Amino acid sequence: MDEFMLILRHPDGTKVASPEQMQIWMKQTMDWIGGIAAQNKYVGGNGLLFDDSRVVSHHHIVTNGPFGEVAETLGGYMIVRADSIEEAVEFAKGSPILQGEGNSVEVRKIARRDGVH
Amino acid sequence: MEVAEDIASDTFLTAAQTWGLNGIPPHPVAWLYHVARNRARSYLQREAVFKSKISPEIKKTTTGVEEQEIDLSPKNIEDSQLQMMFAICHPVISPESQIGLSLRILCGFGIDEIADAFLSNKETINKRLFRAREKLREEKIRIEIPDAGEIDKRLATVLTTIYLLFTEGYYSVSREGGVSREGGVSRPGEIRKELCVEAMRLCRMLVDNPLTDKPEVNALLSLMCFHASRLEARVDEYGEIVLYDDQDTGRWNAGLIGEGGYFLSRSASGTVLSKYHLEANIAYWHCVKEDSTEKWENVLQLYNRLLQLEYSPIAALNRTFALSKTKGKRAAIVEAEKLKLEGNPFYFALLGELYTTIDDQLAKEYLQKALWLAKTAGDKQVLQKKIDRLGLGLGLGFFGLTKCHFVIFGRAGDFEVHETDLLFLIAILYGVYLVGVYFFLSFAEEHTESDLGNHL
Repeated sequence: MDEFMLILRHPDGTKVASPEQMQIWMKQTMDWIGGIAAQNKYVGGNGLLFDDSRVVSHHHIVTNGPFGEVAETLGGYMIVRADSIEEAVEFAKGSPILQGEGNSVEVRKIARRDGVH
Repeated sequence: MEVAEDIASDTFLTAAQTWGLNGIPPHPVAWLYHVARNRARSYLQREAVFKSKISPEIKKTTTGVEEQEIDLSPKNIEDSQLQMMFAICHPVISPESQIGLSLRILCGFGIDEIADAFLSNKETINKRLFRAREKLREEKIRIEIPDAGEIDKRLATVLTTIYLLFTEGYYSVSREGGVSREGGVSRPGEIRKELCVEAMRLCRMLVDNPLTDKPEVNALLSLMCFHASRLEARVDEYGEIVLYDDQDTGRWNAGLIGEGGYFLSRSASGTVLSKYHLEANIAYWHCVKEDSTEKWENVLQLYNRLLQLEYSPIAALNRTFALSKTKGKRAAIVEAEKLKLEGNPFYFALLGELYTTIDDQLAKEYLQKALWLAKTAGDKQVLQKKIDRLGLGLGLGFFGLTKCHFVIFGRAGDFEVHETDLLFLIAILYGVYLVGVYFFLSFAEEHTESDLGNHL
């Protein structure tokens, strides 16, 4: 069993949703996570806030961000246990974030630090 | 520690003898303390005499034992009990030893009663308690309240033990009768009910002390109050469990439900959301009679969060049941089949329940599988009843899980005989509690309009 990180991406993090919409998303997200946790395959995860976010670049240039020219921003991440990349992809497909056009979930295997990976 | 135990037991024995002849004194508590104090004094005197005789080189002047005044103020008594609680609920000894010692020392139970509570025998319990005491002595565990830096960690163990004590009593309340404190045969379940009462008393002591009055302690007390409100209603005069549907809501303890609410609101401070908070909230919803989308949606979300904090098969099953109440059976079946809990009878009982009315034949097969896996006569009987009903095409009340706690408890019982894996036992006992929630939720299935309050 490997661990995979599901990386949730939005094209534009500055859009503000209505509280009602937020509540629906929150519920959908919790149901999604609950379904994975009920299989004992949820390891952890969190949302990433846009408030107080900065991008530190080469030469220590600090900008407010990650907005503007950045095509995609991270909205959050989740770590799951899965037998295969296919299973991890199935988990990713359940993410409510995919209802939004342009949004995506990147699935990446986490290095085991066993000297090989 | 043994000395304290002996004095306490001896005092209770004297009480049983004297009160039986002369009636209960006007101030029983004072009476007990008084007798215990005298016993303690004469013990100390005897001890001193004994010591001075076997080691005369230290002291030749016999008798000279000063009159020791023992502080018996309520405050001191409470503080001592609290200190003792921390000493007993210490991670160096196993959870069931912690429970055993708590019952013996903090609650004054006899070895017989503890053996009965654990479905074990005197010898095993004696051995276990002996080993536990030895261990506490070897590790030089001090009878004191831990420092502020350590208290949270140690408190977690204390809370686990209190919760185990409660579930031990709660989910086996209908077990065959035991021996009462007076030595006669008690009403079945009487002792086990006492376990619940004692667990709540210990937790209340923690809430009453500013050092231990923490949010999660209040949450645990709230949780126990909500559940205990139905203790009377869920067992009939013959000691048989009364199915949720058949419970007389008039026998629910409104006072305890109120207290549950009070401690729940007190628990709502701080920044940590413990599993006790989540479980207390679920227990709260069980005390709401009306079936509603709001209720099931809340229960589902609470299970979603609980599972993120701590996975357990029973929470997973309960969560899936709640899902069937909010998203329908078909959606729940898809999720249920992902749980892969083959080997767990309640997994198949859940599938049987979800498939009922959708595919009765398949439902029946699942129930039969559950029946095959079920470990106790009670479970088997109930599952058989469900299968029969399905065969007759009758509406299927969710009887199946009403006794599921027996299965789990049977397993826990086995552990006590052998060496116990700490985490596994906790998981199982935790499961016992959740199974109860499960059968409550499940039972509500066919009674969506009414009777929701009739749970557990």
